[in-house]
Amino acid sequence: MEARTAARAPGRSGRVPAWVLGAVPLALIAVALAAFAALGGPGLGERKGPPVEDLAFERTVLEPGKIELTVRNDGPDDVTIAQAIVNDSYADFAAGDRKLGHLEATKVSIDYHWVEGDAYTVQLLTSTGATSEHEIPVAVETPNPDLGFYGLMALLGIYVGIVPITLGMLWLPFVRRIDPRWLRVLMAVTVGLLGFLAIDATLEGIDVAGQGSQALGGASLVFLGGLVAYLVLSGVEAWLEGRRGKAEGAARGGHVAMLVAIAIGLHNLGEGLAIGSAYAVGALALGAFLVIGFALHNTTEGLAIVAPVAQRPPGMGRLIMLGLIAGGPAILGAWIGASAFNSSLAAFLLGAGAGAIVQVIQQLAPSVRDRAGRLLHPASVAGMLAGFAVLYVTSLLISV
Amino acid sequence: MHGAMGSSGASAHHAAVANHPGFRSGARVDHAANGFNPTEMLRDFDHGRTTRLASGRTLREWELIAIDKEVEVAPGVKFPAWTYNGRIPGPALRAREGERLRIRFGNGSEHPHTIHFHGIHPSSMDGVPGIGAGVIAPGKSVTYEFEAEPFGLHLYHCHVQPLAEHIARGMYGAFVIDPRDERPAADELLMVMNGFDTNFDLSNEVYAVNTVGFAYMDEPVRVRRNELVRIYLVNVLEFDPVNSFHVHANFFHYHPTGTSLEPTELTDTVMQCQGQRGILELRFPFTGKYMFHAHQSEFAQLGWMGLFEVVD
Repeated sequence: MEARTAARAPGRSGRVPAWVLGAVPLALIAVALAAFAALGGPGLGERKGPPVEDLAFERTVLEPGKIELTVRNDGPDDVTIAQAIVNDSYADFAAGDRKLGHLEATKVSIDYHWVEGDAYTVQLLTSTGATSEHEIPVAVETPNPDLGFYGLMALLGIYVGIVPITLGMLWLPFVRRIDPRWLRVLMAVTVGLLGFLAIDATLEGIDVAGQGSQALGGASLVFLGGLVAYLVLSGVEAWLEGRRGKAEGAARGGHVAMLVAIAIGLHNLGEGLAIGSAYAVGALALGAFLVIGFALHNTTEGLAIVAPVAQRPPGMGRLIMLGLIAGGPAILGAWIGASAFNSSLAAFLLGAGAGAIVQVIQQLAPSVRDRAGRLLHPASVAGMLAGFAVLYVTSLLISV
Repeated sequence: MHGAMGSSGASAHHAAVANHPGFRSGARVDHAANGFNPTEMLRDFDHGRTTRLASGRTLREWELIAIDKEVEVAPGVKFPAWTYNGRIPGPALRAREGERLRIRFGNGSEHPHTIHFHGIHPSSMDGVPGIGAGVIAPGKSVTYEFEAEPFGLHLYHCHVQPLAEHIARGMYGAFVIDPRDERPAADELLMVMNGFDTNFDLSNEVYAVNTVGFAYMDEPVRVRRNELVRIYLVNVLEFDPVNSFHVHANFFHYHPTGTSLEPTELTDTVMQCQGQRGILELRFPFTGKYMFHAHQSEFAQLGWMGLFEVVD
């Protein structure tokens, strides 16, 4: 590479360093843009038509006598919120900065004696008379994020994340004993499980993205998140492989297990977000049924972690760490979801979970191949379908 | 409701009470920028300019100009209105039964308009498209001329298609024809019930009397105890089938369309569809503040609510 550059350089540009050649276009672009802005965009004139106003509602907090909305200006023009209407009634409110620039956010705190269980429609009337509408399907007081609340969310995270995954990992002695043919089937089951989770997370992410600001990316954040996670995990994987040289079976199984744990961890972060935010808006019944459903659902994730290390299992300490990496993020997700839910962030994280899973499926694929090197053989297809089926059935128990 | 407890002296300002009916507290409409003030409008009747014809009859003349104008209908909310003479409602034209009326109309708006009067007149003076002068294009003018009859409370409005938009944008006003024999002396108030569809979704965001929502909550209508109060009430509300007027703690005599000197009803609530109007007469026996509002609670919550303040 260097030799080639050196050979060409004298004939082309004398002794000008390469970085200068790279910087010149950048500098010219900056000068041109500055001049264009300073002259006020010569020749363009005014935009036609009235201002484009678009407000996105990012978060709703209900306190006794108060409805607090976090609102972001999703449109290109400045917006001034002039009045607030709740269920066809003007209401007094307090808001921070009254003129909102593009992508700026503010809190609008409305005085309103709302009643638990009722439905409310909030309209914000802007200075131009345009309205932005936000539905509160069922009014429930937003839980106070105090210590007890964080404790409850942590308990929930432990119930639905760490405990079932750790239990699932107890299949390790079993998978160690079984025949390699059956192990392949088991790995296929894992692939099926993960495939279902990837689809589930993507759909959930698109759904969540639709609720918040579109100017920040909307549903594209799901795919960006997926791509980012996929690339980062691929990079990590390549780095691990490079460090260990041509890893023999056990080491490779070990880091695949780690990657599976990370991917499942990202997925559980999204799951925690869903649980926490549903709890915050009162849409979640914290019953035994939900916890049992999640436990069944997530136990299978434990299996996915231990299957790659069947041949040479790691020590107890490492197994516990894998379990925490995979299950712990559910706690973090529940905290974020319940106290600082932001649909753009949630969409990105759900996408990241899906992307990580795709990367992991790619990692697991070699262990599914039969002696002839086929990925899709009758046993593996049956395993994958079984994985799908298990998660489909258990997911029916836990629709949040 | 609070603040309406009459002589018991509930003088606390409504803004002090949580969930008070009204807009965001502290915000007020800039009446000077609008060019008209709802409180002044209450008693602002336009008698025009009169001359005596050779026959001895009175000729009464007005000039109305259509003007496009931004009007603040709720604090901080601007509505791109179409108006007669820069105000909503347009001037309350007031004549006496039997007079000759001449209204010169100049269209200074960017849109075609007319003036259609309720009253009795030849078809060429009806101010509708395709008949007589028909639609008056921007920059053009026309003179409508007819007799003042019958006596009562009427209205005028633009009659260009799409009709709902031309009315909802603000092109209307009251048209009062007094009977030949004077009505008893009274404190006379004009109330035009209207509304504004600020986001153009064919339903109103702001409801009001004389355009500005909650205007008379912030600045109550002051009347004297035991004095005869005569309210000229017109409904021009677009998009909603009916409107209504209800006064607290008092009853009024109702004269539908004002065409009879005998009331038809003693009540505290009256309903009007668009274009209906009537004259209300009442005396307030007690001092204090009394609410008045549409008895469609939704309209009341959205601005059509005010207070009378009765003083000695």
